[in-house]
Amino acid sequence: MVERSRKTFGQRIGRLIEQIIHLINRAVTLTLDAARRAVSFIVDLVISGVDVVFSFIQRIVGVGGMPYIFVLPNLLIFGIFILFPMLLNFVYAFTGGTEFYPGQRPWVGTENFNTLLTCGNFLDPNTCREDLFWRAVYNTAGYVVAQVSLMVVISLVTAIVLNRKIKARGFFRSVFFYPVLLSPIVVALIWKWILQENGLLNGIITSLGYEKLPFLVNATWARIWVVLISVWASMGFYTLILLAGLQSIPAELYEAAEIDGANPWQSFRNITLPLLMPTMLVVLVLSLIRAVQIFDVVFAFTGGGPGSATLYLVQYIYSNGFSSPTKQYGLAAAASLLMAGVLIILTVAQLLLRPEEV
Amino acid sequence: MSQVWEFLTRRRGGKRWHVTDVITYLYLFLGIVVMFGPVVWLVLSSFKSSAEIVKFPPRLLPWRQETVTIEGYEEPLPLYQVELEGGETATLAQVRRIGLEAQLIDPENPDEIIRAPIDDRQPVESVSFALDNYVESMQRFDFPVYLRNSVVVTLFATLLTLLVNSMAAFALSKYRFWGRTAIFLTMISTLMVPLSVVLVPVFLVITRVGWNNNLLGVIVPGAATPTGMFLLRQYMLTIPDDLLDSARIDGASEWRIYAQVILPLAKPALAVLTIFSVMWRWNDFLWPLIVLNRSELFTLQVGLNSFQGELNVQWHYILAMTVLTLLPISVIFALLQRYITTGIATTGMK
Repeated sequence: MVERSRKTFGQRIGRLIEQIIHLINRAVTLTLDAARRAVSFIVDLVISGVDVVFSFIQRIVGVGGMPYIFVLPNLLIFGIFILFPMLLNFVYAFTGGTEFYPGQRPWVGTENFNTLLTCGNFLDPNTCREDLFWRAVYNTAGYVVAQVSLMVVISLVTAIVLNRKIKARGFFRSVFFYPVLLSPIVVALIWKWILQENGLLNGIITSLGYEKLPFLVNATWARIWVVLISVWASMGFYTLILLAGLQSIPAELYEAAEIDGANPWQSFRNITLPLLMPTMLVVLVLSLIRAVQIFDVVFAFTGGGPGSATLYLVQYIYSNGFSSPTKQYGLAAAASLLMAGVLIILTVAQLLLRPEEV
Repeated sequence: MSQVWEFLTRRRGGKRWHVTDVITYLYLFLGIVVMFGPVVWLVLSSFKSSAEIVKFPPRLLPWRQETVTIEGYEEPLPLYQVELEGGETATLAQVRRIGLEAQLIDPENPDEIIRAPIDDRQPVESVSFALDNYVESMQRFDFPVYLRNSVVVTLFATLLTLLVNSMAAFALSKYRFWGRTAIFLTMISTLMVPLSVVLVPVFLVITRVGWNNNLLGVIVPGAATPTGMFLLRQYMLTIPDDLLDSARIDGASEWRIYAQVILPLAKPALAVLTIFSVMWRWNDFLWPLIVLNRSELFTLQVGLNSFQGELNVQWHYILAMTVLTLLPISVIFALLQRYITTGIATTGMK
């Protein structure tokens, strides 16, 4: 008898807890529901409010005029802040002086371009009139080639690894993606801290019995690390795109190849690579455009130094237009036009050079 | 030996670990170290005292020397393990150091001064995650203000980006009108010419509009992003036009069709654009750097960069503020990582 009443007592407590949990659940659900209703009420109110205005407009311009109304806000922002400045850039590039307002700038024709493009020997920046520009050009070219090729290889390898039958794929995918979310300034500071003279990496190197290495002081090391850091920071994004491309390749193709006696390398070479080409092209175009514009990580990491070893094009434009005491807007604009030209040529070339079989 | 290996690599279901599996997992764990390691190192270092942070070779954990407060001394005194002449060791507090000799006292018996060569003492240390660096650097780094500016910029820029681009995408994907192709092609052709090559003229426009040193100057110019418009348009093309027609027959205005038929259906694409926009805006640096000159308007990124310029050797402060800057986006990522990665991988780039 005692035994039984105890049991019911335990059961009672159990039920009480259950009821409390149930009540909390209901309270949470009700609150969330109320919040959702409040939000959707406000959204409805806003939509109806705007609808009054838009219906009025629709009565005036008719259904056929509505697309212009819908496209208008975008077109205004786009026109004022992207298209108009692009045209204005030509005005800056063909005028000289240090005045900021285009109306006060004297027309100089192609002088800015001549300044940038006058070189005794184009392979040696020291013989150029604007040697910093050519240093920036060569630094950028070297950086783009090294960064894009390294990043495509590493992203591809990572995507292939992530595409295998592995445990916790979602987790590992996030691991490689995480640095993409970090801001360039944070990335630069994290690595500056590791690579400084008395930093973690030199600590590891000396504990292995070697001498400290001048990672941030030596020009070659600084260039190498700029490449490595930017690969570290952005490879996750391209890995995701390549992974999506890999997952869209039907598994039956590999099974058929296996039945036909193909080894893994052959199926990679003859199935994976050709079918991945369209995705690779997207990755190449995107990463090239991004690489040519390298700026913020380096700006916070080395500031362009040591000397001008990591001075890249956008920083050249930025310092001519905004941070140097004599503001050379004309040179900056001319340089950015040249850079835009290179970007367009690169993109078009890649789209044209696309392999025929794809 | 081969039997041992076979035993170790035996797996459930009879399948053995193939050598490629081993390489795969090695690669993945190397990935964890390389991707997370630098951030973990940053976080650990941010708790180190100014004395510990300049030590070489550096130690992994934030060790701090223990101190003791003794009556008669204003500052807390550092504790040392001292080897006494008799060969025994004692824990003593150091009062001062003169050349190679340290003057120490026993905390139990503070009146008697014990002298010892500095080589005979070892600091008493313990791992402590003290917040001193964070508290002290907050006095110079206006984190709340920068955070507010960053949140304002990210939030409003994303809302504006979504609204403006979805409206344009709706018009360009669901209507036939004169000039449609021209508008579309003009926008698409600027896809590969980024904002950074038109810095000077955009700055002129901003100055003329009067948005210099105004958060609006950071928010508005990037809102009409051709990438976002293109992404939304491609998605909206897949929504059948019949839906629009039946809504029109029901008497819905064009605005209601946009807001209550198309937008709910375009949610996946809107989600991806939201992720992109938040990433772009939160991490944006060059543009705010040019538009904002007054420190009370700085976003976190600009603030952090100028902070590191001001204090280029005081790493313990810089590291603490770097951690604070990466914290918000890391928390959001930890909560939403599944949606973010699948979103970008599937809808983002097709």
